Amino acid sequence: MKRLLPYPVLAALLLLMWLVLQQSIGLGQILLGGAVAVAAALAASAILPGRVRFRGLTSLLQLVAVAGIDIIRSNIAVLLILINPRAEPSAGFIKMELQLTNQFGLAVLACLLTATPGSAWLEYDGEHNTVLIHVLDLADKDEWIATVRHRYERLLLEIFQ
Amino acid sequence: MIDELPLWLAILVSVCVVVGAGLTMAGCLGLVRFPDFYRRIHAPTMGTSMGGGLILLASAIFFTVTEQRLVIHELVIFLFVTVTTPVTLMLLARATLFRDRIEEARETEDGSRQ
Amino acid sequence: MSQMILDWSLLAAQLMLGVCMLATLYRMVRGPRAQDRILALDALYVVGLLLLVTLGIRTGSTIYFELAMLIGLLGFVGTVALAKFLMRGEVIE
Repeated sequence: MKRLLPYPVLAALLLLMWLVLQQSIGLGQILLGGAVAVAAALAASAILPGRVRFRGLTSLLQLVAVAGIDIIRSNIAVLLILINPRAEPSAGFIKMELQLTNQFGLAVLACLLTATPGSAWLEYDGEHNTVLIHVLDLADKDEWIATVRHRYERLLLEIFQ
Repeated sequence: MIDELPLWLAILVSVCVVVGAGLTMAGCLGLVRFPDFYRRIHAPTMGTSMGGGLILLASAIFFTVTEQRLVIHELVIFLFVTVTTPVTLMLLARATLFRDRIEEARETEDGSRQ
Repeated sequence: MSQMILDWSLLAAQLMLGVCMLATLYRMVRGPRAQDRILALDALYVVGLLLLVTLGIRTGSTIYFELAMLIGLLGFVGTVALAKFLMRGEVIE
């Protein structure tokens, strides 16, 4: 069983995506999608860097909620900068140290920071565990670092490490 | 299919589509307005996060009501776009940092030679 | 009545997305550097995807969904390849 299905969660998600795309839950689609999902999960075991360990479902849900709120908030913030013709956003780079070392956690953090308008993940230095972030409207550097630490990194540490 | 479009649906879909398109437009105008590359990188994420999300949500609501079954395959596009945009932006930003550093190194080299 | 509201707001949205396309095209033509053009191309792909979704709502058919999906996939692969080219000067290494 374990040899045939090394990543059961990944396979289940792939099957779910197949069914959503086909827009049907007929037996034929479930069988076909299941076969594709199992094959894809087997193929993925050759390239995935390691097993994802999820811990703390509540932290995960909390992270999703925080990310949703922040995306809406930063959209409004960037919109206000854009519709104000005289606004000169003081853009700047931040180099911050991270405690998070798990690869999947870092990937999620990078996607979250870049997906919210107003901040972009530029470069990760694995040796010193620092990351270079560009912020569109940088008022207070330390406050920004504290926000990232507090809002995202704490939850990601709970989930992945 | 249903014959008559209910008013609440039309208003809901309209608001979602117009607000989403407006946010995307604001983002793209930022692409024109911002003076340097690193600032411009923030502009398209508005279209891919909330702007695109609202338009896709409008599509999902509209087809769910008119076809009278659950149509959520827009969710797949939304997830795909939100996951891939950061990847492309990060790759571009890293390439830009790399190129900037090479140019800087070349400039200092030229400066020291003169 | 409700059809009219929907038609007009979809027209407005499509016009706004058209302005988006012009803005990205401006950035693509003006540059000034290669990464600006690629960033604009990526944004253009996303706007095209959204335009197809609104077209799908207007015509009431889900056929455009597949096209939108395809544009999203091709846009991602294309931008990644171009970014990789900027980094190394080669796509395949």
